[in-house]
Amino acid sequence: MTLDVSLRHSFGAFTLDAAFEAPAGITALFGRSGSGKTTIVNAVAGLFTPDTGRIVAADTVLLDTARGIDLPASRRRIGYVFQEGRLFPHLTVRQNLSFGRWFAPRGAVRADFGHVVEMLGIGHLLARRPGRLSGGEKQRVAIGRALLSAPHLLLMDEPLASLDDARKDEILPYLERLRDGTDVPILYVSHSLAEVARIATTIVAIHNGRVIRAGPAGDILADPDAVPLLGVREAGAILTARVVAHHADGLTELSVSAGSLFLPRVDAEPGDAVRVRIEAQDIILANSAPEGISALNVLPATVTAIHEGEGPGAAVGLLAGTDRLLARVTRRSVSGLGLAPGSPCYAILKATSIARRDIGAL
Amino acid sequence: MTDFLSPQEWTAVALSLRVAVWATIVSLPLGVIVALVLARCDFWGKEVVNGLVLLPLIMPPVVTGYLLLVLFGRRGPIGGFLYETFGITFAFSWTGAVLATAVMGFPLMVRAIRLAIEAVDPKLEEAAGTLGASRVATFFIITFPMILPGIIAGAILCFAKAMGEFGATITFVSAIPGETETIPSAIYALLQVPGGEPKALRLVIISILVAMGAVLASEIVARRVARRIAGR
Repeated sequence: MTLDVSLRHSFGAFTLDAAFEAPAGITALFGRSGSGKTTIVNAVAGLFTPDTGRIVAADTVLLDTARGIDLPASRRRIGYVFQEGRLFPHLTVRQNLSFGRWFAPRGAVRADFGHVVEMLGIGHLLARRPGRLSGGEKQRVAIGRALLSAPHLLLMDEPLASLDDARKDEILPYLERLRDGTDVPILYVSHSLAEVARIATTIVAIHNGRVIRAGPAGDILADPDAVPLLGVREAGAILTARVVAHHADGLTELSVSAGSLFLPRVDAEPGDAVRVRIEAQDIILANSAPEGISALNVLPATVTAIHEGEGPGAAVGLLAGTDRLLARVTRRSVSGLGLAPGSPCYAILKATSIARRDIGAL
Repeated sequence: MTDFLSPQEWTAVALSLRVAVWATIVSLPLGVIVALVLARCDFWGKEVVNGLVLLPLIMPPVVTGYLLLVLFGRRGPIGGFLYETFGITFAFSWTGAVLATAVMGFPLMVRAIRLAIEAVDPKLEEAAGTLGASRVATFFIITFPMILPGIIAGAILCFAKAMGEFGATITFVSAIPGETETIPSAIYALLQVPGGEPKALRLVIISILVAMGAVLASEIVARRVARRIAGR
């Protein structure tokens, strides 16, 4: 099940002109505030009609301005998780969750109520009204409500933006379970690259109303040329690792294709596959194996591409085993080490530079 | 009650209740519709409609009564038509008192309902739409329950205003005992007669009680609106 979007709308000085395809899994619409992400999502939901456009979800034409088709929001079968939750204050949590089911067409494939409630951990809230729920609880109920309306597609507009870090950490695992436990495609709006790296399968980067990059998350995050587009400070590739063991000194050993990584205790069982986001600025490059340093992780790698920006920095794409890495170093270091595509080198990573939030389920 | 009140007073009280109840019932559906239109729709001339609704609140009641007499009198353009087509008369009949008090209570009712509608976040209705609810279903499941306390408060205010209305009623339908003499008209009549004051006192007390009860009830309901919208 995929979603095809192509839109054009002029807001005076700002023009939205975006086209992309969202396959199964989580497609992240990534971009700064004001780049047009929410407008795109609202158009998909049917809350906004663009000048021209065509939107097709699961073989149903939702919008085709050329043919005069514009299904109303209530007939699009799209679950929308709003930034502010928008739970119905006069209904209980149970009634909120059931709301969409009352209107789902007969014969629609319905998510099991008990299963969704359990997955989101909201069983103890069912009899309450939304007014006194915490921000994180509200968002989980909102996700459940959207999911239970038997949607063809889920839209999430910055569902974590209004939450503090602790609440974000509380919800991210639920989003991963949602991604892996249902086959409903999810269009996820975010301006946080860390969040996107943690959960997205596909990334569509939006800038000034245009798609500037689109593709599988692993490819885009590891592409040195995309670094200036996504944000130099936040850039970083994701690599897949398997938990080997938890050691007595509090470190977890993970195996990656090029060797082992030692990171502060990871919340996963030995044998579990995880995805680890390594920020480009946390990687140090060396052209010989370093000795006598405190950094625990040294992976042999090969340079695949180098993107030199206008400033003093350069983004270096690396291949370590079969995993891609991204390092941000200075242009001076690139020339000092004589790095060029094909050069062998060593990627050095401090164990403590990886935050717990950078590690998620695969 | 009949021991406490003289038959004449009792007639006035019963008539007032009947007039006020009917005035409230008749204007309620229209009040909800007008409040919805004023709160949610934008159209050319909206301010004029708003002004017309509020006019009876600001104009001297005697002017409202006079205009009703001109329009709805048996020879008036609307009254004449209604009399000839349906045989309905307003002038000097209790139905005329219903009309006059409804017109006077209408602005208060619309205002209370409009405020309640404006307190409902349209984004909630949008959310209901994305969950598959049609506009009609959204109105009845989301909007209506949230504005219900406002509707009740509006109805209470309209009822209280109708119980106490004097100027427009007496101008339009006079004060015929048993037909159009409501409590305020009866008080006025008693005060015109030497020695009538003690008799008027009982009706005055009833008026005060009705007004106080209505204000308290509408305040309680208004507090419930706030709680309901906060979702506690």
